[in-house]
Amino acid sequence: MQELLTENRAEVINEENIKFDILTNNLTVSFFGNEAISDVNVKIRSKSITAIIGPSGCGKSTLLRSINLMHDLTPGAKVTGKITIHGKDISEYDMTHVRRKVGMVFQKPNPFPTMSVYDNVVSGLTLNRKYKKSYLDEIVEICLEHAGLWEEVKDRLKISSMALSGGQQQRLCIARTLAVGPEIILLDEPTSALDPISTSKIEETLQLLKKDYTIVIVTHNMQQAARTSDFTAYFFLGKLIEHGKTRNIFTSPKEKLTEDYVTGRFG
Amino acid sequence: MKQNYYELVSRNNLLKRKSINVVMLGLCITAGFLAILPLVYIFFYTLMQGASSLNLEFFTEIPKPVGEDGGGMANAIVGTLILVGLGSAFGIPVGIFAGIYVAEYSKSFLANVIKFVTDVLSGVPSIVIGIFAYGLIVIPMQRFSALAGGFALGVLMVPTVTRITEEMLKLVPHSLREAALALGIPRWKTTLRIVLKTASGGIITGILLAIARAAGETAPLLFTSFGNSFWSSSLDGPMASIPVQIFNYAISPYEDWHRKAWAGAFVLIALVFVVSLIVRISTRKKYN
Repeated sequence: MQELLTENRAEVINEENIKFDILTNNLTVSFFGNEAISDVNVKIRSKSITAIIGPSGCGKSTLLRSINLMHDLTPGAKVTGKITIHGKDISEYDMTHVRRKVGMVFQKPNPFPTMSVYDNVVSGLTLNRKYKKSYLDEIVEICLEHAGLWEEVKDRLKISSMALSGGQQQRLCIARTLAVGPEIILLDEPTSALDPISTSKIEETLQLLKKDYTIVIVTHNMQQAARTSDFTAYFFLGKLIEHGKTRNIFTSPKEKLTEDYVTGRFG
Repeated sequence: MKQNYYELVSRNNLLKRKSINVVMLGLCITAGFLAILPLVYIFFYTLMQGASSLNLEFFTEIPKPVGEDGGGMANAIVGTLILVGLGSAFGIPVGIFAGIYVAEYSKSFLANVIKFVTDVLSGVPSIVIGIFAYGLIVIPMQRFSALAGGFALGVLMVPTVTRITEEMLKLVPHSLREAALALGIPRWKTTLRIVLKTASGGIITGILLAIARAAGETAPLLFTSFGNSFWSSSLDGPMASIPVQIFNYAISPYEDWHRKAWAGAFVLIALVFVVSLIVRISTRKKYN
């Protein structure tokens, strides 16, 4: 108890020094006039895992996708408010630059079906310009290693990406995201289509990755949020209800709504 | 008692389901055979009718005047290849890019207009397209030309290629586009290198259909490339083609020419078949 208190106190004192990678300021996203998220102010801490939880349709994915500018292609989508990445407004960056800085892994594994495992990993690089083969070889090994897939595919890098299992495909997608050198990784329910073993492998991967990357993960699975994340943000009906240390959110939530959700009373 | 009841029901159902399965499967197989029957029949019938004219000369010689034995369709075979090549050079790129536009920017007004217009165009009789090319190219140039014929065939190919490209691109899951964009790949590269590549199998099928149709068209060539009994010297002069040659031979009163027409029909089918086969093999996907 004492430890917890002092830890909290330390956090308060150091508030000034804490590095935040992503800040949103009154972020509102609407589709054809219906607000999916409204006035969201959230700070995502650097080099840590932040979980975004909440019932279906509460705007978790919408928030995530707006950080990666994925709404630009969605018909009827309108984004207002401000998103700041590394202290700079997102609109000041070049769009492709934002997407390279902020990688994204989707709900369903989506490797490129026409490419081999190897080509998938380096696709983000080779589709933009030419690289030396030796450099690419190195990238493939490092990224697959980081994504926890290297041991399983190192002898068959040239096979079709579709020949891998769902869990392997998802880790391949993580490796592909890592290859372009992002600093932030967004994961949109990355394990919801996977079995428990693949899920735990991906969670292990995330723990290793957080040393070097800022990770934001949207999840339907509260246990997953509790297991993997350092911070948790709870959304309900498009509003950010509570955001804090994962332990606090799950053990002593400040808001009634959060408590109801994390204790399983609804959702 | 209850157990027995379920057993009875499930056994009855099983019999029923099995027999329905056999009947439907039989119908499907019959339909499949009916679908390939005309082709097989046409193939062998044309071969039989034209067999006596099918010799080396047929592929190497140009037609000889009435009364003289021998002669072939070499100029028409080459002419068809050139005309279809010209048509493809015009029709395929236009069709593919129009298809990309319609599929990837489907919300725009222009895309809907293009879609509608290509639908209408695909219903326009080929002879009308021939007249169009005649008015647009032959009259100003003051002569029949291979260029006009190629253009007419190209116009004929555009709607097929456009629609197939559009349909195939729409089948590519949105998640692949997102995956590519999320890697910081610009949209045009995403479309060309990811989406188009993923859909390439179906698009190639569409292109082959268009080529096959263009290769067999007679009407648009009648007053564009016209036909030629000699080797064509240039693209801006009249050029022979197999369909037109078949037409001319078939309406003639000479037995020998009739046989040559049959042989020409067989060669035309074989040509389309071989081209399809070559395209299929050379563009076969690395992974299936």
